[in-house]
Amino acid sequence: MAETLLQVRDLNAWYGAAHVLQGISLDVGKAEIVALVGRNGAGKTTTVRTIMGLIAKRSGTVLFDGIDLMTRQPYERFALGLGYVPEERRIVPGLTVRENLTLGLLAAHRGAAWEADAIDAIVTRFPRLGERLNQEAVTMSGGEQQMLAIARAMLSQPKMILLDEPSEGIMPALVDEMAELFIELKRGGMSLLLIEQNVELALEISDRAYNLDQGRLVHEGTSAELLADEAIRERYCGLITEHHDGA
Amino acid sequence: MSFDLIMAQLFAGVALGAVFVLLSTGLSVIFGMLGVVNFAHGAFFMVGAYAGVFILALTGNFWIALAAVPLLVGAMGLAVERFLVRPLYGRGSDYPLLLTFGLGYVLVEVVRILFGSDGMPFETPELLTGGIDIEGLGYFQTYRLFVIGMTGLLMLCLWLLLERTRYGLIIRAASRDPEIVAVLGVDVRRVFLLVFGLGTGLAALAGLLAAPMRTVNPEMGVTVLIEAFVVTVIGGMGSLLGGAIAGMLVGIVVSLTALFMPEMSTISMFALMALVLLVRPYGLFGRGVLAR
Ligand SMILES: Nc1ncnc2c1ncn2[C@@H]1O[C@H](COP(=O)(O)OP(=O)(O)OP(=O)(O)O)[C@@H](O)[C@H]1O
Ligand SMILES: [Mg+2]
Repeated sequence: MAETLLQVRDLNAWYGAAHVLQGISLDVGKAEIVALVGRNGAGKTTTVRTIMGLIAKRSGTVLFDGIDLMTRQPYERFALGLGYVPEERRIVPGLTVRENLTLGLLAAHRGAAWEADAIDAIVTRFPRLGERLNQEAVTMSGGEQQMLAIARAMLSQPKMILLDEPSEGIMPALVDEMAELFIELKRGGMSLLLIEQNVELALEISDRAYNLDQGRLVHEGTSAELLADEAIRERYCGLITEHHDGA
Repeated sequence: MSFDLIMAQLFAGVALGAVFVLLSTGLSVIFGMLGVVNFAHGAFFMVGAYAGVFILALTGNFWIALAAVPLLVGAMGLAVERFLVRPLYGRGSDYPLLLTFGLGYVLVEVVRILFGSDGMPFETPELLTGGIDIEGLGYFQTYRLFVIGMTGLLMLCLWLLLERTRYGLIIRAASRDPEIVAVLGVDVRRVFLLVFGLGTGLAALAGLLAAPMRTVNPEMGVTVLIEAFVVTVIGGMGSLLGGAIAGMLVGIVVSLTALFMPEMSTISMFALMALVLLVRPYGLFGRGVLAR
């Protein structure tokens, strides 16, 4: 593994009395894509929300680029270069596509010229968004909204993005486009922690993977090795709906 | 009943409505953003009027009072949010509701101790005394015209702030989804703080502007709070435009019923509210779903 960017050790989280995360430890390297898979209710979302500082009752350590995050507010974590694309996209209603994108630029404070360039780059990368800049964002299709959520998190050029089920409810052509984008981001030096129900896809584009079950990590390994080992896939994932045979 | 009299009453209604607009705007932005039903809002209105009395006695200058009152009481609002309301976020909306309810009583008592229970007169500033007689329309008091103009100007500024600035974008986004704004790098707690300060500043300004039109007394915030709630409900919680239109509507309805059916004047606005809610359950411009 490359140099570590995110280091999580013995992470615990609770909702009231329910002990939902029970000692998670994981690493994400620089320019690495790491997949986090597991059944519904395993604690995947809770893991990234805790890393982002959104769960009140938690313990453990989270180091990001050598900095201890646990005592910091979510907005400070973003400022340190940690982006987040939440489950269900969370596009802000009542705002246009442009305004939603602008939200991603607020904290950068790098001047109007830099911001205009950043928006231009996004529009070039996502022409669909470019055509709809002045449309109310929540009136777009699910796939377009997902692209917007990712674009919004990318704008400030974070070191790492936490992605919670980005392919959910999106047509296959767009999913492929998204996978390409993730690989492109990785080539550009960005790290990704990717939660996916689509385990096949997650393993294909990631370097390593963690399997989470009932709040604990039950397996980890390189994605190539997981993808090759049918038994492991069956046993831990139990999520794969389709399998390419030799395609 | 003469046309002149109706015009005069209509005009008084618009001036009264202007005060309602300012007051309910503060109530509405605080609710829309923080989810806090601010029962101390009427008390801040009253404190604004007394702060005006005090500064006027000190400086003898209405314009200084006009500038200083919203800033002073707004600063008080900042302290209230920071030290009293903030610890209650995430504990359900009845906590801040009870807190502000109690705070309202405390403020009334403090003012009573400092200034006494009796009403105080508040002189109309000299520059704004008198009026304009428009042939065929009626006589318009300068001070009321001033209140209407000030309100229009403030609402325009507020609209520009919300719709045309970065800060307004943050406020609009955070009132819909504070968490997203936080994970995009904005310190939402600070935005909450400033919005609460802005809301209380507006309430204080409304109190000061209303002072020359009614007597200043420690209870003046009590009925006005109910009126502000009615306006906010009619306009739709969290809607700026709705509050502005509803404020004017309530002001006019109250004034006109006072003229035609004086015995009905206190309940006319509730009748209006019931009527509006029957047709539009979330108010004229309500969004339907509340943010939380
Ligand atoms: N706000 C909450 N209050 C109480 N319990 C919660 C809350 N959110 C999640 N949980 C519980 O915590 C556990 C982990 O939930 P989490 O959302 O992290 O799972 P997940 O792996 O993301 O699932 P999915 O694949 O369905 O998105 C589940 O048992 C869930 O019921
Ligand atoms: Mg989840």
